[in-house]
Amino acid sequence: MPRRLLRDGAIVADDWHVAGDAELSDERALILTFAEWQAERGRWLARAGRLGVVLAPADEVERLVPDLARLDLAGADFPGPSEGRGYTQGRLLRERFGFTGELRARGAIRRDQVFFLARCGFNSFELPDSELEGGAAALATFSAAYQPSNDWGLKAKLAHR
Amino acid sequence: MYRYDTVDRALVRERVAQFRDQTRRFLDGDMSDDEFRHLRLRNGLYIQTHAPMLRVAIPYGLLSSEQLRTLASIARRYDRGYGHFTTRQNLQYNWPRLEQVPDILAELAEVEMHAIQTSGNCIRNTTSDHLAGVAADELEDPRPWCEIIRQWSTFHPEFAYLPRKFKIAVTGSPEQDRAATLVHDIGVHIVQGANGERGFRILAGGGLGRTPVIGQVIREFLPRRHLLSYLEAVLRVYNREGRRDNIHKARIKILVRSLGLEEFTRRVESEWRLIEDGRLELEESEVERMRGYFQPPAYQRLPDIEPAAGKHAAFRAWYRYNTVAHKVSGYRAVYVSLKKPGVAPGDATDAQLDLLADLADRYSFGEARVTHTQNLVLADVQQGAAFELWRALDAAGLATPNIGTLTDMICCPGLDFCSLANAGSIDVAKLIHERFDDYDYLYDLGEIEIKMSGCMNACGHHHVGHIGILGVDKSGEEWYQITIGGAAGAMAALGTVIGPSVPKHEVAESIARLLEVYVDHRRDDERFVDTVRRLGVKPFKERVYAATAAA
Repeated sequence: MPRRLLRDGAIVADDWHVAGDAELSDERALILTFAEWQAERGRWLARAGRLGVVLAPADEVERLVPDLARLDLAGADFPGPSEGRGYTQGRLLRERFGFTGELRARGAIRRDQVFFLARCGFNSFELPDSELEGGAAALATFSAAYQPSNDWGLKAKLAHR
Repeated sequence: MYRYDTVDRALVRERVAQFRDQTRRFLDGDMSDDEFRHLRLRNGLYIQTHAPMLRVAIPYGLLSSEQLRTLASIARRYDRGYGHFTTRQNLQYNWPRLEQVPDILAELAEVEMHAIQTSGNCIRNTTSDHLAGVAADELEDPRPWCEIIRQWSTFHPEFAYLPRKFKIAVTGSPEQDRAATLVHDIGVHIVQGANGERGFRILAGGGLGRTPVIGQVIREFLPRRHLLSYLEAVLRVYNREGRRDNIHKARIKILVRSLGLEEFTRRVESEWRLIEDGRLELEESEVERMRGYFQPPAYQRLPDIEPAAGKHAAFRAWYRYNTVAHKVSGYRAVYVSLKKPGVAPGDATDAQLDLLADLADRYSFGEARVTHTQNLVLADVQQGAAFELWRALDAAGLATPNIGTLTDMICCPGLDFCSLANAGSIDVAKLIHERFDDYDYLYDLGEIEIKMSGCMNACGHHHVGHIGILGVDKSGEEWYQITIGGAAGAMAALGTVIGPSVPKHEVAESIARLLEVYVDHRRDDERFVDTVRRLGVKPFKERVYAATAAA
């Protein structure tokens, strides 16, 4: 059974694969780490399937920018519960570099991080199965906000002054 | 003061619901200790030595009488009848029950209060001058700017998981700096630019803790419409580049130091250039709206009088030490001392909080302030009412005439409550009170700041005390390292350690010897800290340890 995730507020089957997946074929959509992407960029670009790259916290988002047009998915990894660099990566991808594809958060995230991540531009979330429904509900945690952000992943518009 | 509108109200209520759900999931076993820890810490809830500790935010230290009554009521019904005011101008409850915290938050929300971001690696309560709006030396009231920063930093989606905690302080009196801005991650000074335009001087990289650092100027003048975009640029550089591999090297001060001030500033400026004209630019109408909340109260036209004349000595002493000048004639700002001998510094009981609410209503336009030195202030008292007010405070144990003196100590909760502490602080404060109970002597010594922390985290600001006391653990025993010559304020400096630490029973005696050296060598009205600066540490050190060696 493919893993499920939260995307655009709905719980859906994940149609993306990672390098090393058994069922991986040339046409399948493939998510790479930034390190994998860098190491064999030519090989990945030669594939027929869609491509995505997930940044590790220390990866500079600017280094991915020249390739953004080739990517259908970008993302940030959160290796631990106190990791916060991905929030900035997300905002920059959306607001500074105009990325309009799927922006995915993965790693040690739970429903409690979903709202802020969505405000920072993430619209897909790799959550444990038990967190998916709570994660979908968490998109409506707050109805208002004090500060501007892109709010890309939210369903409803927030009240601002 | 600032009043909530529909946006503020929605946010705090939704926060209560969110935290209630998180607490329920934890109590139901759906969440691990570690997962819950990261969440509760962003809401001021610690698990302490004896019980949870809940830290309630008091934005820039300003309280209404209604809020004071709610704090009293919560202390009475959910705690053991008292609260503790902190160096971030907040209030801590030491004995709440975990399962009741959501109810406490719901009650706080009813009076426009919360515990959002009072702990955790996020932007903490913005602190400011407790004499904001009433000090004659003020260029401009900093509170509208504090509120602007409070709102921008509250639930900021990008900066909820910073490398480490982040503290911002604002002053409108940079020459005096009663907000200790030089030991903050960011200090904001309201200043006048070359052409008369108001704006801000921005400092960064100050902080106490294990590696104390005095903040440095990263921008001499920032036009005020750019305040938030500039703060956002600093935070973004910090969030991206601050160290996360070592908790002791994660504060922004370490980043500033490792990059160097010039390179750090260059990175902030280049980030800022990309966002300065964005949606964070402050419109003058928004600034004006905020100013509207902090308009001067309806002062009467009154002449200045000398209310202490002819009154008895206790009142005269209190009036001299516990009240300060007000920019409006006929008024004084009154300190409510929370430094009574035998009481933990900064503690107030529910009955005292209720009384203060009444006194604030009767004498000070219904408002009170918390100082970062753990006292309260009634800022707008008619001089003619000072005697009545003193009688009411005195009867409640709130008129100890020691503001600015040796016994007006800053003191963290220490080993009695805090699970991080190495040693007690409250009982050292008690010993110091007992040793120095002669007010004539205290007054003769003049202005001295003792600041005490029970561990390296320096919640008691010991590095910037004229006399700093740091609790250390020596094979299970409580010992204390003493520093002298530190200062907060505009002339901020870090104290120098005088020598090996001393056992608890020798702390007060060591202080007594430091003071002897001061009394022997002071010139005219020279303060203790200035004598230390002039003479250096040596004579003080010799006196303290000579006696020990002889014994």
